[in-house]
Amino acid sequence: MADAYIFDAVRTPRGRGKKDGSLHEITALSLAVQVLQALRDRNALDTAKVDDVIMGCVMPVGEQGADIARTAVLTADYAETTAGVQINRFCASGLEACNMAASKVMTGEADMAIGGGVEAMSRVPMSADGGAWPADPSSAFHNYFVPQGISADLIATLHGFSRDDVDAYAVESQRRAAAAWKEGRFKNSVLKVKDQLGLTILDHDEHMRPETTMQSLAGLKASFQGPGEMGFDSVAIQRYPQVEKINHVHTAGNSSGVVDGAAGVLFGSKEMGKAMGLKPRARVRGMASIGSEPSIMLTGPSFVTEKLLKKLGMEVGDIDLYELNEAFASVVLRYQQVLGIPSEKLNVNGGAIAMGHPLGATGAMVLGTALDELERSDKQTALVTLCVGAGMGTAVVIERV
Amino acid sequence: MENFKLDVDADGIALIVFDAPGKSMNTLTAKAVSELAEIAERLKTDEAIKGAVITSGKTTGFCAGADLDQLGDLSGGADLSTEAGLKTAFEALFAFNKALRAMETCGKPVAAAINGLALGGGFEMTLACHYRVVGDDSKTQIGLPEGKVGLIPGGGGTQRVPRMIGVMMAAPLLLQGKTMRPKEALGSGLVNEVVAPGGEVEAARTWVKANPKATAAWDKPDYKIPGGGPYHPNGFMMFTVGNAQLRKDTYGNYPAQLNIMKAVYEGLQVPMDAALRIETRYFVKTLATPQAQAMVRTLFISMQALGKGAARPEGVPKFEVKKAAVLGAGMMGAGIAHAHAISGVETVLIDVAQESADKGAAHVKDILDKAVSRSRMTADKAAEALARVHPTTDYSLVDGADIVIEAVFEDRGVKAEVTKKAEAHLGANAVFGSNTSTIPITSLAEVSLRPASFIGIHFFSPVDRMGLVEIIRGKETSDETVAKAIDYVLKIKKTPIVVNDSRGFYTSRCFMTFVQEGLEMLAEGIAPAIIDNVGRMTGMPRGPLEMIDDVALDLAYKIGVQTAKDLGDAYVPGATDALMKTMVADLGRNGRKNGKGFYDYPADGGEKRLWPDLGKVAPVKIREAEPPFVAHLKQRLLFRQAVEAARCMAEGVVTEARDADVGAILGWGFAPWTGGPISLIDQTGVAAFVEACDALAKQYGPRFTPPQMLRDMARKGESFYGGKGASKAA
Repeated sequence: MADAYIFDAVRTPRGRGKKDGSLHEITALSLAVQVLQALRDRNALDTAKVDDVIMGCVMPVGEQGADIARTAVLTADYAETTAGVQINRFCASGLEACNMAASKVMTGEADMAIGGGVEAMSRVPMSADGGAWPADPSSAFHNYFVPQGISADLIATLHGFSRDDVDAYAVESQRRAAAAWKEGRFKNSVLKVKDQLGLTILDHDEHMRPETTMQSLAGLKASFQGPGEMGFDSVAIQRYPQVEKINHVHTAGNSSGVVDGAAGVLFGSKEMGKAMGLKPRARVRGMASIGSEPSIMLTGPSFVTEKLLKKLGMEVGDIDLYELNEAFASVVLRYQQVLGIPSEKLNVNGGAIAMGHPLGATGAMVLGTALDELERSDKQTALVTLCVGAGMGTAVVIERV
Repeated sequence: MENFKLDVDADGIALIVFDAPGKSMNTLTAKAVSELAEIAERLKTDEAIKGAVITSGKTTGFCAGADLDQLGDLSGGADLSTEAGLKTAFEALFAFNKALRAMETCGKPVAAAINGLALGGGFEMTLACHYRVVGDDSKTQIGLPEGKVGLIPGGGGTQRVPRMIGVMMAAPLLLQGKTMRPKEALGSGLVNEVVAPGGEVEAARTWVKANPKATAAWDKPDYKIPGGGPYHPNGFMMFTVGNAQLRKDTYGNYPAQLNIMKAVYEGLQVPMDAALRIETRYFVKTLATPQAQAMVRTLFISMQALGKGAARPEGVPKFEVKKAAVLGAGMMGAGIAHAHAISGVETVLIDVAQESADKGAAHVKDILDKAVSRSRMTADKAAEALARVHPTTDYSLVDGADIVIEAVFEDRGVKAEVTKKAEAHLGANAVFGSNTSTIPITSLAEVSLRPASFIGIHFFSPVDRMGLVEIIRGKETSDETVAKAIDYVLKIKKTPIVVNDSRGFYTSRCFMTFVQEGLEMLAEGIAPAIIDNVGRMTGMPRGPLEMIDDVALDLAYKIGVQTAKDLGDAYVPGATDALMKTMVADLGRNGRKNGKGFYDYPADGGEKRLWPDLGKVAPVKIREAEPPFVAHLKQRLLFRQAVEAARCMAEGVVTEARDADVGAILGWGFAPWTGGPISLIDQTGVAAFVEACDALAKQYGPRFTPPQMLRDMARKGESFYGGKGASKAA
């Protein structure tokens, strides 16, 4: 099997995912197009050599429907011969898209492919795509469906993370993200989003609240108490009867932010890179996805990490840098608890609690963040993973070349 | 046609009168359904007919729905365990939907004149009409109670109700089988007009004349489901939350409720004709479950039979209870006096001090006041009832009483004393009933001068909410007294079961095994949250630990100590004895009543939480419970009770499976989805049950060892109820 290399990674800044967010007036298509154009222009790509563009999108309806990847390819003026496909592995869609792009290179199906994702959450809200999983009683009842926030609170309850624990994690995420921006650690990858006139409308992550303290977080209301009382707590307890009562610790302040954004990562073979005059920045060492118990839902990252490390013959300590999407604070705390990863190696530049989680794009964003950080800190290997709806987990290990 | 009469008037309006031959109440039979199809065809093709009104020819109501005794008939007698049987049953049961749909689409206006109760299929008939008029009689009940007995509406109810009033409003009507009075039905939007009783047909006819063209809302091109269907944003949330609530309410034990949900979810996404096919499929699927068969039998057929006095010995003239005396005016005595008062029985309520007796009467008043405040009773009726209760200390007022109910402390001495005092004034024809819950009746009857008229009449607390009365026949008790006791229980509108004398009788004895098994689990080191959560997941109303907290730990401890004393050397102390001793004797944790038991009860009435230090008394070894282990624990908790019920049958404490099942569900809240502990054995299969109990006995001890009777039944391939369901399970 051939090796897949990463040549470049870009992302938009993340706009607050509300009506007053800077990117609310920019279409999802425009975000995806600007990412593809940035990849093309930064690398002077002959797009005819790009075989496929794979984009994650979790709400592929409305303006994000009808295969937004192919729509973006055509609108970005890529060669007509470049294919495009939109995929959905919930929160890991962006990483799954990258893994698929890498796989196409490894199998030889593609010489060059882009993986990425887009999600304009202020414009196409969560749940917009419906879905049988929660609504069809044949699924919801059988699978003990609960919303992710209940799962996150269940993890905190089962594994002993208090409100203070999760809030402390959130404060640290904000601190790290603010420090990273201050030091310009993201500047290599973040493009400026342009408006309809071609003027810059956003050049930084606007969801961050660097002034966050334990005191300011303490005042926030538990977000999932209400849904819990409506019946979801009972569902979780029927699956985990060792729990007397769910401790609702997650709030808007220690959960990932709702934002708009897009990202793309350019993959290719060594030969194609050489032919195109591109410098490989990292090699994909291995990839994995996994399924696990769907109602606790968000503990997949440790399982997929163990699966992937085993496949690669590696130990937890062999990885220099971990990126785990901060969907909820308890997800990261549990991951750390299971694998014994020191805080200095994990999400060193903050994560989605501070900067936001544009569902379909995040996986590609954090892959780029890990790559930049490996280079900045001159380290070798990084493992990037995300928790995924319905109990899945997706991961990749990359190493610098 | 034998069920319906059809007459066309000068205006071309057909009056269809439902009047099932030889029955006091209209019910739906296969014949009635085929006649409905004939009617629909006639309405469509007979050009002289311009519209129709359907009403009932009975004074008892419009129609009570399908006759649950005849369900086999309606499903074409099919064996639902085979593919051919399922096809036959689908065709047979779909006939009803087909007939109603033909009527709905006949092209002419059809109105229902609902002159009295319309339930289940009876109400569904009217839902397929284009207009519904109801007579405003406060006794008239309207609704779809199928879900209560483990079935689903099968005449379009799951489709037409949500299409008329939206999923949110439809949910309690379909899932809980909530019935409505005429005005409520009008408010819900399911009926169109409420008129004075007697005016239904005229109002319906007026509407038909004014609306020569009628089409159901959902057959019009611009139709939208009120509140949205499953993939409308609102509807999506309703289904998502609804699925969770369904699990919260049912713990996954009730296939009917889940199938109702599925029928609504799937049906709302397709046109009515397809939706009705989906409904019938789920109807058949539900009917084929052991839960449906057991629930129909116990909660409908057996309950109705016992409610009519099926257990009554024959040849005894009906016993009229006009006056009663209740000895002891505590919670129990007052509750019994209340039951008398609302049933027209004059009652002297006797206690040692006038103050105590008055307190009992005040409690009766409280219950009555609550009923008035909730509009379940008029103030006048409540006042009349209260006037029937006479608090006193004077035993001479027992004179002329038809029955005495003794409800004093569980103390032999006190009981003996009041028995003597009351008997001194008791007429020869009167019955003496003791409301003891634990002391053998035969031994209490020893002090009686008339042991043949002495009987156990065991009420459950709180009396005003508990429908069961356990009648205990002592060794000397006569058949005549049993018959009289049953007449008395029916008079006060409770359901009697008859059992023979034994320690704890039937209900208390079996109930205690549930609590005891929970304690065993605790002593084994299973986390307390697992025990109570799984306890609730079995379908029992509460977990065993919270149950024992409510009953009081010190009481349970004292009974244990007394039993140990009584048995002497024969008593083998168990792990739970030490646990209870620590909790009660060392720590004074007596349960809810002193704010601390296995749970802590905040003084401000806040939510109870497990006592954080319980782990020091019962160290936790098992902290997790994956589904297979949960299933094992559920089996332990349910089978422990069922094997005890089987022993009661084997020992002759209970002689009828029917009484054992109804008594279990009404008496101690045994998981209703099973149809009762004996039905649970039948649906498990006697042989499989014996095998499972032997395995449990090997692991946990002889308390699970099945009685020889079950082994014999297993060997011979017998079941308690016989019939298809049981033999199939075996």
